[in-house]
Amino acid sequence: MLAVVHVLGSMLMLFSLAYLLPMATSIIYADRMLIDFVVAALICLGAGGVLWYVTRSNKRELRSRDGFLLVSLGWTLMSAIATVPLLMAIPGLSFTDAFFETMSGLSTTGATVLVGLDDLPPSVNMWRGALHWYGGMGIIVLVVAILPMLGVGGMQLYKAETPGPVKNEKLTPRITQTAKALWFIYFLITVACVLALKIAGMDWFDAVFHAFSTLSLGGFSTHDASIAYYDSLPIELVIIAFMLVSALNFARHFMAWQQKSLHAYATDSEAKAMLALLACATLGVTLYIWLDGVYASFWASLRYVSFNLVALATTCGFMTQDFAVWPIFAPMVMLMLSCYSCNTGSTGGGIKMFRTLVLFRQAGRELMLLVHPQAVRPVKIGGQVVQNQIVFAVLAFVVLYFGTVVVLTFALLASGLDFISAFTAVIACINNAGPGLGVVGPASNYQGLTDFQTWICSLAMLLGRLEIFSFLVLLTPSFWRK
Amino acid sequence: MKIIILGAGQVGRTAAQHLAREEANDVTVVDTDDELLRDLQDRIDIRTVQGNAASPKTLELAGAADADMIVALTNSDEVNMVACQVAWSLFGTKTKIARIRSEAFARRPEIFVSTEGEPPTELSGFAVDMYVSPEELVTAYIERLIRYPGALQVVDFADGRVRLVGLRAVKGGLLVGQPIRAIRQHIPRVDARVAAIYRGGHSIVPDGDTVIEHNDEVFFIAGTDDIRTVMAEMRKTEDTVKRVVIAGGGNIGLRLALKLEEDNHQVKLIERSTARARKISEQLRSTIVLNGDAADEELLVEENIDSADVFCSLTNSEEANILSALLAKRLGAHRVMALITRPAYAELMQSGPIDVAISPQTVTIGSLLAYVRRGDVVQVHSLRGGSAEAMETIAHGSRGGKVVGRAVEAIRLPEGARIITIVRGDSVIMAHHDTVIETDDHVILFLADKRHVEQVERLFQS
Repeated sequence: MLAVVHVLGSMLMLFSLAYLLPMATSIIYADRMLIDFVVAALICLGAGGVLWYVTRSNKRELRSRDGFLLVSLGWTLMSAIATVPLLMAIPGLSFTDAFFETMSGLSTTGATVLVGLDDLPPSVNMWRGALHWYGGMGIIVLVVAILPMLGVGGMQLYKAETPGPVKNEKLTPRITQTAKALWFIYFLITVACVLALKIAGMDWFDAVFHAFSTLSLGGFSTHDASIAYYDSLPIELVIIAFMLVSALNFARHFMAWQQKSLHAYATDSEAKAMLALLACATLGVTLYIWLDGVYASFWASLRYVSFNLVALATTCGFMTQDFAVWPIFAPMVMLMLSCYSCNTGSTGGGIKMFRTLVLFRQAGRELMLLVHPQAVRPVKIGGQVVQNQIVFAVLAFVVLYFGTVVVLTFALLASGLDFISAFTAVIACINNAGPGLGVVGPASNYQGLTDFQTWICSLAMLLGRLEIFSFLVLLTPSFWRK
Repeated sequence: MKIIILGAGQVGRTAAQHLAREEANDVTVVDTDDELLRDLQDRIDIRTVQGNAASPKTLELAGAADADMIVALTNSDEVNMVACQVAWSLFGTKTKIARIRSEAFARRPEIFVSTEGEPPTELSGFAVDMYVSPEELVTAYIERLIRYPGALQVVDFADGRVRLVGLRAVKGGLLVGQPIRAIRQHIPRVDARVAAIYRGGHSIVPDGDTVIEHNDEVFFIAGTDDIRTVMAEMRKTEDTVKRVVIAGGGNIGLRLALKLEEDNHQVKLIERSTARARKISEQLRSTIVLNGDAADEELLVEENIDSADVFCSLTNSEEANILSALLAKRLGAHRVMALITRPAYAELMQSGPIDVAISPQTVTIGSLLAYVRRGDVVQVHSLRGGSAEAMETIAHGSRGGKVVGRAVEAIRLPEGARIITIVRGDSVIMAHHDTVIETDDHVILFLADKRHVEQVERLFQS
């Protein structure tokens, strides 16, 4: 336990470097926030230093169960400590709301409780964007890449944080190299996105911010109106493209980069399934909206549906239209897609396409066995056999996922929220998507919730980002047994 | 160095563990057993690939395209040979090491061709740069231990001209209780050097004034012919071994019995399986093969275990080895040795009732390490269960470098590392503080702490 705190201390000290980005922004835009960020960074460094120093005699190699504890504690603690600049910059902000905002940032949910984003100091906005970016590929993965001392413990951490059911696949022999490779690719695509957004018409600040937000599939914006503020087709197209790229498996990006060919994507059945699903859904919803007469022209329908649908389905959560006023069928389809679309190893949330495919193939196998009781038929994805062990793990995950959704929805209902708002808020938070419907819809935000409801949503975001298992395992008695 | 290890058996696992421990190595392990790999990957920082080791597809997945070395350690000689050949033909892998168990192959070295400097098409045999037979190495190792009663570890350097011996000093040895420099007066014509002393598990840097105490673990180096004389300094001279009892008629047990027969030892071999006992009895000449359980007290007593000079338990199960060795010791066997794979067990047992714990993997790993080390390393031996190391490396470069042209005392070695001996051409020179190292000298170093290996490598690389 104390060994975990020791590593946690060094992680916090490392995290204090994250404040350099808003500090630099503050210097460039002279928004008089520099002192606040320096103080916040020192608090972070000091807190980490104290934890590290007090527990220095407990240094040892991490075991697999330490990984779960470290990851859950790490995310909670970093979200808590990241609230400091927000609390200093925005008078009257409660800790509950600030924690929601930073958790939403780090977990790349993109739901916000703040209004008047356009008037926030640039450095504060940049801090929100930076949280998205660090959280996207995973702060812990970043720590693994930078701290060599973790040794084998690094693999345990990596497994506890990385989304997706297949975690034993390493890209390189050393875990630190794998983590570095992933961050390198992530950084590279981010740079490409910044340039594309700049060319499409954003200013540098907005381009960097929205690149952070897009790549991490977060969804924070510097404007209350989100992407609708620009009302620009090129910007929307660029963002759609990069959202799709970020929803793919970053291991594939790395392989493609290494082999300098697109072959890696061609063999990725998960990616193909996602793209096909999104294309069909976009077309279907567009037709539906158009025939319903929400927009006069087909092209306008296509433009708005494709952006908002892809944004929600990839769990990014940008918006250009108040889709809550669309007939309820459309936003519900979009929210449902957010559960399934993202690939394993992407920066998005939800159940992930791989698990969805496994479930469907498993269901198909059961149906097949009804007809041919003697049939031998392994579950295959992209020609690769999926071990039964993984199939079972996927089933368990999906049960826990929907169980969590039900429990949290009831918690919100008990606190007096209406059903549509409660259900969509939980779905949007656990998928790290962002906007829901009703009270938490695109036209408003999560500000209308009570403190209790806000905490429930924060919990949903954490559970969603750590894929439930890593957190729930801490609640089992056997985890704590000596 | 990027290394692919084929086969996650006992030898493969230890090799992976040893190699991955060094920061500079990237290790990928290939095996057919998925579960074994998962377990391995959870414990050490390596990548694993599941599949047939000789298949081009598996090798490609494992990253053979940019691997520097392939170590084929599966339990099939044929797979190992083919894997090396495939790696060479398809990926041009530079260093290929194969485990070759069968003597039928090992006796015809012409089927293996080292690829150094060869174009890929002109080979007249399998592209295997080096082949190791762990069983052969372990057998030779045990044989040396039997030849030098009292030794804990005996390893060769400079083609066997020099040997490093580890032993426990016992009251009654001439040098015990005296400073090391007294050895000059005792045996003036023998040139020997104490490389390291371990007292109570901690290493002591020896100099001329260090007093050797009872129960110290002493490592010394000497010419092969002088080993016995020097050993007599550390413990009472023991009679040469005559009667040997071997438990376990597996690969190692059988080979050892064959070797010992040749040297006119009286050998008894206990084998549990009737079929196996019959089979090996056909191959052995004078050895008495007994079909029974080595942990059977009555059998041991009946076969006069109390007059056995050495009892070796060499079965596949280390727990059984430990138990039968303990039993044999209690029943009066003079010296007992047991094959123990797990370092933790070996440590538990070696200082207790079992005289020598033989760790098969540390014996094998040395020959692999020589290839992994940067610089011109001839030989590496793992000592004390892998915590210490002795290596023979060639000093290159011109005078005025970090090593060549300098006196031993002027070379900046890391903590715990010592230059013990220098082999120059045919002559063996025990290193003194003022010995100057020349180009192409073979330098034998002792490293008390393996973590400093990289510093030593860097020193000798330039």
